[in-house]
Amino acid sequence: MTYLLQQVLNALQLGSIYALIALGYTMVYGILTMINFAHGDLFMVGAFFCFLAATFLHLPFVPTLLIAMIGVALLGVLIERFAYKPLRQAPRVSAIITALGVGIFLENFTLVFAPYPQHVPTLIKNTTWVVGGVSISSLQLIIIALSLVLMAFLDFIVRKTMVGMAMRAISWDKAIVPLMGIPLNLVISATFALGTSLGGAAGVMYALAFPVIDPYMGILIGWKAFIAAVVGGIGNIRGAMIGGFILGGVEILVAAFLPSTYRDFVAFTLLLVLLIFRPYGILGKPRPQKV
Amino acid sequence: MNRLRMIWEKIVTNRKLLPVLLVVGLLLSFAIPKFGLLNQYVVLIIIYVGINIILSTSLNLINGYMGEFSVGHAGFMAVGAYISAILTTKIIPESLAPWLFPLVVIAGGIGAALIGLLVAVPSFKTRGDYLAIVTLAFLMIVKSVIENIEAIGGPRGIPGITRLTTLPWTFIWVVIAVWVIRNFVYSNYGRGVLSIREDEIASDLMSVNSRQVKMLAFVISSFFAGVAGVLFAHVLQFISPRVFDIIKSTDILIMVYLGGIGSIAGSILGAVIFTVLLEVLRPLGMWRMVLMPLVLVLLMIYRPRGIMGLREFRWFIPGYDLFASKIWRKKKEVKDAAAS
Repeated sequence: MTYLLQQVLNALQLGSIYALIALGYTMVYGILTMINFAHGDLFMVGAFFCFLAATFLHLPFVPTLLIAMIGVALLGVLIERFAYKPLRQAPRVSAIITALGVGIFLENFTLVFAPYPQHVPTLIKNTTWVVGGVSISSLQLIIIALSLVLMAFLDFIVRKTMVGMAMRAISWDKAIVPLMGIPLNLVISATFALGTSLGGAAGVMYALAFPVIDPYMGILIGWKAFIAAVVGGIGNIRGAMIGGFILGGVEILVAAFLPSTYRDFVAFTLLLVLLIFRPYGILGKPRPQKV
Repeated sequence: MNRLRMIWEKIVTNRKLLPVLLVVGLLLSFAIPKFGLLNQYVVLIIIYVGINIILSTSLNLINGYMGEFSVGHAGFMAVGAYISAILTTKIIPESLAPWLFPLVVIAGGIGAALIGLLVAVPSFKTRGDYLAIVTLAFLMIVKSVIENIEAIGGPRGIPGITRLTTLPWTFIWVVIAVWVIRNFVYSNYGRGVLSIREDEIASDLMSVNSRQVKMLAFVISSFFAGVAGVLFAHVLQFISPRVFDIIKSTDILIMVYLGGIGSIAGSILGAVIFTVLLEVLRPLGMWRMVLMPLVLVLLMIYRPRGIMGLREFRWFIPGYDLFASKIWRKKKEVKDAAAS
């Protein structure tokens, strides 16, 4: 029982990281119906910003997190302006390929400067409490709490503020809404900034939880977060959160009770089974097809 | 300049040149290794170009002509590569291996095609991003299954595969792949594939058997991915699950979209340019991997449909199509003249 509780805690930790990254995918998809495959690599860049700030500037945790989030958000906005904006009218697939290209660029650009895996210094003094046989580390609690706060903040922005209203309106109809005086480009930039900054925050948390980082770490985690977004129903913000926690839970529980090499196998088979029964994800709604 | 253009036009429109070129190519592919016309390194690059052509044309069938987004091509490759590697290293004695190699290639292709049949089933219901996920999950499952079977080396892979892929075999398989896929695309089924890309419901109403068409497209595409996997394994001489990861799939995707979707000539061009460019830029060291995606992004911004767009090289278009478009153009000229 304590073992199970312990694993649930681990699952929450991993799931919150997945959920934060999945939010970035789902927000961009919701507004542009485009899969931003560079997002996993932006997560990696966030981890590297954390590494740079902590190693060379010796900053404590909160400024590091802010630097990573703002840095990644700026990068995301820049990428949108220069790589995706010219392609808004182009076929959807060319935008996806551009995103893949941007992702590979980020990976290899980082690789030029950091050819070896880097070790991130500990930013938070880790204390472990044992409650009823379950050991809880302060780092785990901080990661879970912080990501919940960030998610609640995002949900608040999207549902209660003017910017959020504009985002929802634009995802509803991109042609009419700008005629109502809503600045399309500004809102899209804001969406990218929000989504990617969450990815950057996830990068920092990942770097703290698993302190060895390398330029290719964003690929697999990015794809898995994308899967989480799809499981929850892509384009749906609450769905992405649920999907992230489901994926984290499945991965940790499989690794806990089966040989850990079965982890991907079981996780992806479950995903396929889920997609057979809910082809549009958990919270997604099937779009009616028109002839 | 004008004369050069005329000569070029003549070459391009003359279909009788095609068999001549094929025979010359086949003879060259035998002659180059035999007399050492090119050094080993260049021969190796040519073999890789050939393998990449097979991969990109077969992926183009699904991603270009059928309009789906499959990212699992490396998985089919892995199936073919593993089946063949087990056959040549464990079952077939070494002395017989060069003679049985064509059968091994076909066996790898059929294995991959059977798996392709499995992947085709979810494509009946799901489309777009969700099918992308299904193929991605398929790739991960294949990788994970291979990693968990100790008998085929698990995560360590299979070392010590004999180098059986020669230049003639690569050439022959490239020709077969391009020929089969081109004929499929311009057959009745191929028209069905195109109609599914444009509108699935409408094509169903026009009595296209979309399930059959999708299944055929997936089987043919995965068969040739398997073939490419076999050739790849027997030139690399070592395979492990890590070789066939998502990065390999992305490479193939880039080749297809670089050349242009829905165009066989585009796939060939994309594969050649991608492979050769990576080798030419090798002196740049690490920076070439930075430059390559930048080139891709710029190309996508300025030519979003790839190098060839939806156009096709004359030789690949069947005669009656050319004839029909000629008549259409003439009628349009008459109409335009009448209108003005």
